[in-house]
Amino acid sequence: MDLAIQLIAAAMSAGTPLLLAALGGILSERSGIIQLGAEGLMLMGAVVACLTFIGSESIPLTLLAVVAVTAALGLLHAFMCVTLRANQIMAGLALTLFGGGLSAYLGRSVSGLPLPGTMPRIHLDWLEPVPAIGRLFAHLDILTWFSFALVAALHLLIHKTSWGLHLKAVGDNPATADVMGIRVQALRYAYVVAGAALIGLAGGYMLLVYTPSWTEGMTAGKGWIAVALIIFARWNPLRALFCSYFFGALDMIGFRIQLIGSDIPPYFLKMIPYVVTVFVLMYLGWRNRNKPSGTPEALGIPYIREQRF
Amino acid sequence: MRSAFRFELDASATRSPWWVPVASVALALGVCAIFIAANGMNPITVYSKMLRGAFGSAYGLNETLVKAVPLLLCGLGVSIAYRIAVWNIGAEGQFLAGTMAATAVTIYLPELQNGWAIALMLVAGIAAGGVWGLLTAIPRTHFQVNELITSLMLNYVALLALDYFVFGPWRDPAGFNFPGSPVFTPAQSLPAIGDTRLHLGLAFALSAVALYYVLIKFTRWGYELRLIGANPTAAKHAGININKHIWIVMIVSGGLAGLAGMAEVSGVTHKLMQGISPGYGYTAIIVAWLAKLHPAGLIVASVLFGGLIVGGYSVQTIGMPSSVTDMIQGGILFFLIAGDMVAKFRLRRR
Repeated sequence: MDLAIQLIAAAMSAGTPLLLAALGGILSERSGIIQLGAEGLMLMGAVVACLTFIGSESIPLTLLAVVAVTAALGLLHAFMCVTLRANQIMAGLALTLFGGGLSAYLGRSVSGLPLPGTMPRIHLDWLEPVPAIGRLFAHLDILTWFSFALVAALHLLIHKTSWGLHLKAVGDNPATADVMGIRVQALRYAYVVAGAALIGLAGGYMLLVYTPSWTEGMTAGKGWIAVALIIFARWNPLRALFCSYFFGALDMIGFRIQLIGSDIPPYFLKMIPYVVTVFVLMYLGWRNRNKPSGTPEALGIPYIREQRF
Repeated sequence: MRSAFRFELDASATRSPWWVPVASVALALGVCAIFIAANGMNPITVYSKMLRGAFGSAYGLNETLVKAVPLLLCGLGVSIAYRIAVWNIGAEGQFLAGTMAATAVTIYLPELQNGWAIALMLVAGIAAGGVWGLLTAIPRTHFQVNELITSLMLNYVALLALDYFVFGPWRDPAGFNFPGSPVFTPAQSLPAIGDTRLHLGLAFALSAVALYYVLIKFTRWGYELRLIGANPTAAKHAGININKHIWIVMIVSGGLAGLAGMAEVSGVTHKLMQGISPGYGYTAIIVAWLAKLHPAGLIVASVLFGGLIVGGYSVQTIGMPSSVTDMIQGGILFFLIAGDMVAKFRLRRR
């Protein structure tokens, strides 16, 4: 029992950056724009967090800087994909490569430095005596609580409001949405930018909570796993929560096995999330071979007014 | 406000003009100059140092060509996949698979010390890269898994496998505990060209490019690839088995990257070690895009990016991180994609 609680707690802390990034990706992709720049955005989020936190020692300022910088990069992605109608796959790759290089360049001066503080936690002392729940929820950091709120908010937004209907319309059938008077391009801009900021926050979380010191390429493919998570979650925020924690747990299992001193080389344990990602995607593809995958129908297709398909 | 003119996308414009790649490189250098200046360095000093480091001396030029060889082979590999819109971004992993397979030959067949050693290493390197590519193709064709994610996940798997080998079973017992395989014997090393570090891999790369040109231009296979690239639906109706082509293309693409890995480990580093690739597989994506998948363009682009990598090393002496190279590379890709689209916009009267 105790081990299970420990594992869940660890899965939550490792899964939260994945969750934030997946939610950001869902927002972008629900509006029809593929976001393959997640890895670069997370790296930029992490390096900006490190630079501002060491410089200012202020958490609010740090989070603000992370959101501002990655939202600006999101704006660039939106400009490429929505206005210029560039190849969304290539634009995302460019964002990843550019973000990777720029973050390594900017982070050089703070590489390996310890952070001057930690993310504030919300201590709910009255929750402490409750078995299991107390252990899990009594001392969580604010971004984890934010991620819970976000899952709920996005679930309601997408499935229960007219904004959600508009978002789905833009992602599934922009031409019809346009005829209905929905401003396709403006909505796509908004969701891509908001999504990019969330992915940036995921990188910031990784740095501020998960591994509190900057190293080049520290996300190690987490952004790409988040891209895969969007597919597992079928573009659904609630499912994204469970999928992210599942992958968080996978990440932690490797560490745990290492800690108890097994003979398996750590390199193989670190492979687990990557290999499992491929196998889960293969399983889903096989199971859903004759079913719709939940992909927004216009995902990846640039919308050009007055063009017939 | 309505103006008399407007921009619209000209869907009939399929070719982007020659100035797009040139302008992309220039603009990327310009934007990165801002970051360099913000960091307190003079961008002109940095760029001229890079240029002289890469092309300013016989040694630098030689090093640039050494780096261009793996870029050319990997770039050619991904180009073939991109021809039919298979987005292989796994050249890095396929390259590493090639280095590991070639090293395995030297580790497990140490008594092989004649021409067969190189021949076997070549076969092993190409086969390993090809298998690594196939591991991306199978999920795509039979399980509808996007090849972008698979090929990228496999990059991380290959990188971890390499770390395992150089820190574990293949570590040189006489290597002062340094992570790396034992140094290859001359029979296990690709012959160098003259007195330089340039090796026979250059000949492999150039002949692969020539072969690619002939195959694409004059064979049925090339015709089918072009047809799938131009219109997959039409190709399907014409009876072309697209899944079969995805397999072939990924095996060839991976095999070329594997060959690059074999040539690098056997011709340049002469041992398997950590960080054997400075991201050749990722740079290859930009090389392919800059070259517009064109054979001659691939040669020019890989020399340019080889120079960029060498130039990146040479600015370290003036206190500049070599990651400035990665930043410039990403910037070039950005402007390339944007430029391709901007060139398609036409100014029309309303």
